[in-house]
Amino acid sequence: MIRARGLVQTFQTKVGKEKKEVRAVDGVDLDVAEGEVVGFLGPNGAGKTTTLRMLTTLLRPDAGTATVAGYDVVRESVQVRRSIGYVSQAGGVSSSARAGEEVMDHGMLYGLSRAQVEKRGKELFTQLQLDGLWERMPKNMSGGQKRRLDIVMGLIHDPTLVFLDEPTTGLDPQARANLWEHIARLRSERGATVFLTTHYLDEADALSDRIVIIDQGRIVASDTSDNLKAQVSGDLVTLEVAADHVTVAAEKLATVAQSVRTSGTQVSGRVARAGRVVPGLLRDVEAAGVALESIEVHRPTLDDVFLTLTGRSLRDAESEAGSESEVGPDSESAAQTTSADQAREDVSA
Amino acid sequence: MSTFFRETYIVFRRQLRMNLRNPAWVIIGALQPILYLLLFGPLLKPLVGQFGATNAYTFLVPGLLVQLGMFGAFFAGFGLIAEWREGVVEAERVTPASRTALLMGRLLRDLLQLLVQAMILIALGTAMGMRPSWGGVVAGVGITVLVGGACAAASNALALTTKSEDVMAPVINMVMMPVLLLSGIMLPMTLGPAWLERISDFMPFRWIVDGVRSSFVGDFAASGVMWGTAWALALFALAVWWGTATFRKENA
Repeated sequence: MIRARGLVQTFQTKVGKEKKEVRAVDGVDLDVAEGEVVGFLGPNGAGKTTTLRMLTTLLRPDAGTATVAGYDVVRESVQVRRSIGYVSQAGGVSSSARAGEEVMDHGMLYGLSRAQVEKRGKELFTQLQLDGLWERMPKNMSGGQKRRLDIVMGLIHDPTLVFLDEPTTGLDPQARANLWEHIARLRSERGATVFLTTHYLDEADALSDRIVIIDQGRIVASDTSDNLKAQVSGDLVTLEVAADHVTVAAEKLATVAQSVRTSGTQVSGRVARAGRVVPGLLRDVEAAGVALESIEVHRPTLDDVFLTLTGRSLRDAESEAGSESEVGPDSESAAQTTSADQAREDVSA
Repeated sequence: MSTFFRETYIVFRRQLRMNLRNPAWVIIGALQPILYLLLFGPLLKPLVGQFGATNAYTFLVPGLLVQLGMFGAFFAGFGLIAEWREGVVEAERVTPASRTALLMGRLLRDLLQLLVQAMILIALGTAMGMRPSWGGVVAGVGITVLVGGACAAASNALALTTKSEDVMAPVINMVMMPVLLLSGIMLPMTLGPAWLERISDFMPFRWIVDGVRSSFVGDFAASGVMWGTAWALALFALAVWWGTATFRKENA
């Protein structure tokens, strides 16, 4: 469904008086098969949205090629647009228009007849639990309703490939969980291929068959969540012991674990297949006379994966991106200002 | 081609609906030239003899008409920035619709608005004593619509380029002041010293104002109408090309 090779997007930015070129996307290769749900994960400013905008024909690549749904994004952009649905971060409905009217106009721009769009739109409203909101203005909807309306807009022409850009950003946990169900149904009920960007680890984990991780404009990994986590060498085992037993505990842990660290009364290390190793470890530790207060075993998270791959945790990468986004006219940072502006409007309204 | 007209119509209908729901800007836009007519017209009355016009309102209304066309349309882009922020522009750009249709639908709304405002202005001018050539009025409104279309397209292009009201407002102000002062909207440029008139020769809008003015008095033989029409057409073509380019452009 998607095949991209060497995609590059460069932005000109000014740092002080100096002009600087920023490679927002720096040679991205991507392959997405039909029916696959792929999570595109990375910190803010990593190049997720920029890549997405190139794949959806909104941005012309500076270098590289991409075919989406069988068509070239530059030479056959109209055919690409016909085949895909795109739900941008900002949505796509005017807050003071009526929901149904926006859906109608959007569908008709795809060349559908009024009757076709109305039928399809009302079906989608039912499927996405928006019954009775056809006449409502988006400004009078909840965040979750508004987001589902955005998805209706993206699905109105029945695309086989759907792009979702940060679908649940800014939603409360309940609305998020609800939206996840709807996204999962895109494939199970419609057989659609889904490509979604997110900077939430749990979201990528919950929704995708495969996760593609991007950092600083480059793809750093692409695999299933489990395989990615397996790359992190083992589970994190943390022992809490009495203060004067820390050294002994660390020695014992080091016999089965890698990169053992001590912090206060806690000793931790990475253990491959911890479930099998820990019982033996416990006996060992006890035999050495160590008073064990507690033991914890953590399966690796995608955050660990990101740390292993890039040497930084996702949170650090986010704060770096935050300081960089002030100089970059990156669409991602622009979209952030957008939501900030909207938040301000909400307050004043 | 019929697809293009259909798409243009869909965009136009949507824009018009949004406008009618919040008509404050339309009213404010029409109010400005009306105030000029009511409050500046009487000042002009005793002066018109000096620059060879016979009827103050036949002189003033064409100028106000072009002013309406230019300045009303200049502000069209502000609405587009709000739409861009809500993701509407992007949502439209991801459909297969023609990029020119996305612009033209919006221009048609601006032109319809301009046409309504022009009718009000002409009706009021006539009530106050304007005695134009009616054929000339039709031609003059035609030129005005072209100018308005040019300015609205340019304003939309500027909006999608800057994406910020804070940048756009000063830019428009900077453009508006010299245009207003050098195109002879209030008083004819021939009244001033030669150097000032030479500078105004470089201002396309001056030729357009002169053209609409000659047209209103029914003086089609003079070169004024031709030059005005030519400039209006040229600006319109240029601005629509620019506007379409920004709708097509990658990072708009």
